[in-house]
Amino acid sequence: MTTRPMLATAARVLSQLRHDRRTVALLLVVPVALLILFKYVYQSAPPVFDRVGPIMLGLFPFVTMFLVTSIAMVRERTSGTLERLLTTPLRKFDLLAGYALAFGVLGLAQAGIAAAVALGPLGLTVSAGPAVVVTLAVINALLGMALGLFLSAFASTEFQAVQFLPAAVLPQVLLCGLLAPPEQMGVALRWASDVLPLTYAVDALTEARTASTVTAAMTADGLIVIGCIVAALALGAATLRRRTP
Amino acid sequence: MDAIEVRGLVVERGGRRVLHGIDCTVPTGSVTGLLGPSGGGKSTLLRAIVGVQRVAGGTVTVLGTPAGSAKLRHQVGYVTQAPSVYRDLTARGNARYFAAVAGVPPAAADEALRDVGLSGQADALVGRMSGGQAARVSLACALLGRPRLLVLDEPTVGLDPVLRRDLWALFGELAAAGTTLLISSHVMDEAGRCERLLLLRDGRIIADDTPAEILRSTGRDDLEGAFLRLIELSEGATTARTATGNPVTGTTTGVAR
Repeated sequence: MTTRPMLATAARVLSQLRHDRRTVALLLVVPVALLILFKYVYQSAPPVFDRVGPIMLGLFPFVTMFLVTSIAMVRERTSGTLERLLTTPLRKFDLLAGYALAFGVLGLAQAGIAAAVALGPLGLTVSAGPAVVVTLAVINALLGMALGLFLSAFASTEFQAVQFLPAAVLPQVLLCGLLAPPEQMGVALRWASDVLPLTYAVDALTEARTASTVTAAMTADGLIVIGCIVAALALGAATLRRRTP
Repeated sequence: MDAIEVRGLVVERGGRRVLHGIDCTVPTGSVTGLLGPSGGGKSTLLRAIVGVQRVAGGTVTVLGTPAGSAKLRHQVGYVTQAPSVYRDLTARGNARYFAAVAGVPPAAADEALRDVGLSGQADALVGRMSGGQAARVSLACALLGRPRLLVLDEPTVGLDPVLRRDLWALFGELAAAGTTLLISSHVMDEAGRCERLLLLRDGRIIADDTPAEILRSTGRDDLEGAFLRLIELSEGATTARTATGNPVTGTTTGVAR
């Protein structure tokens, strides 16, 4: 039992991104630009930015890590590197944990920069403090990664993987409480909202805006999301078949 | 002892039978060529040997254990036909990663790149390399950790003659040091460099012997001609079911089906 294969996998994933500087720049800059845009679109109604801003800080890592991971995994499958890795001593856990570590680091950078701009120059206030927001954002990044990894098994091309964004991510965004609180939705939609992991992430971020400390409800929400990450990774591991037809 | 023993291997892909009950063996420490036209099932047989192919019947035993066993992952190196390396990493980045995965020191990565003649391009991105260079990076990653068995699917496609000669010399050195190599190719002039040959056509082994014996038994003076003769004989055998018995005489393992 050694951590070297896992750490090497994380370093490899980050190194692949390092050679694609434009993607990294887009990942880090676009959330900041959108936050600024959002702030000034609602300049006449500041409470909107105050309410939605913390949620957006958590949504960016979720959406972008979902996309990046699902395409990276489709590439691993189509280029034959996944098949090759599965003939080596690398354990599936090392591969998944390596991906999680790499995208966790990337999510941390993304959320850290976005939070610094939002809480600083843009004047967003989060009573629970920036550390709580960034922690929740990193959890969301890992949720996006885990779902992307699992769903990538059902995409045989990169085009299909991109289509999973509107198919699997946007419904969660609509139902998570960003646009309207789930309590105001119909029963069926409320149930749907209740079983989607993003709802709990958004709930925790909403609470972090007004709570002065980490509440029990926030911790519970965070643990639910972490449970969903573990479940999605387990499902993802099941799709990494050593033998294929 | 045989490094690979295949018995009655049946593989179906997409509802179509691609291997029809294959029997063959690969002796330890040899360079064995798997020859045959593309589409004949070469890659499928290699995939079954490294344990990534779902099989419908038969057994594949590799180094004494069933193909795909966990303990074989330290002992078998596999190179697919398309280079299975990361295009957005350098040659060294790829080799170092697969070294970490195989549990060998990073220095082994540089050594493997030297073995395939890529020391000078170690810092080039694989995506910017020629197809032949990328294929050699892929090969280097399989050499890491000195596996006891190397399964190489068309490793010399698109290489210039000098590089092909150098790689075949490397394969010879590895075999001399005890490594077993199973190498597929559709280039007949590479067949002569192998100690043993398996000829696979339409999912059936039509020859399993040394090049010299294949020439002798078919009465031809080049392997291309010998293979044509074997194909004619095997077609005659399957269509007319002639009662002349084994069409290739003088060998016990000469012709399967």
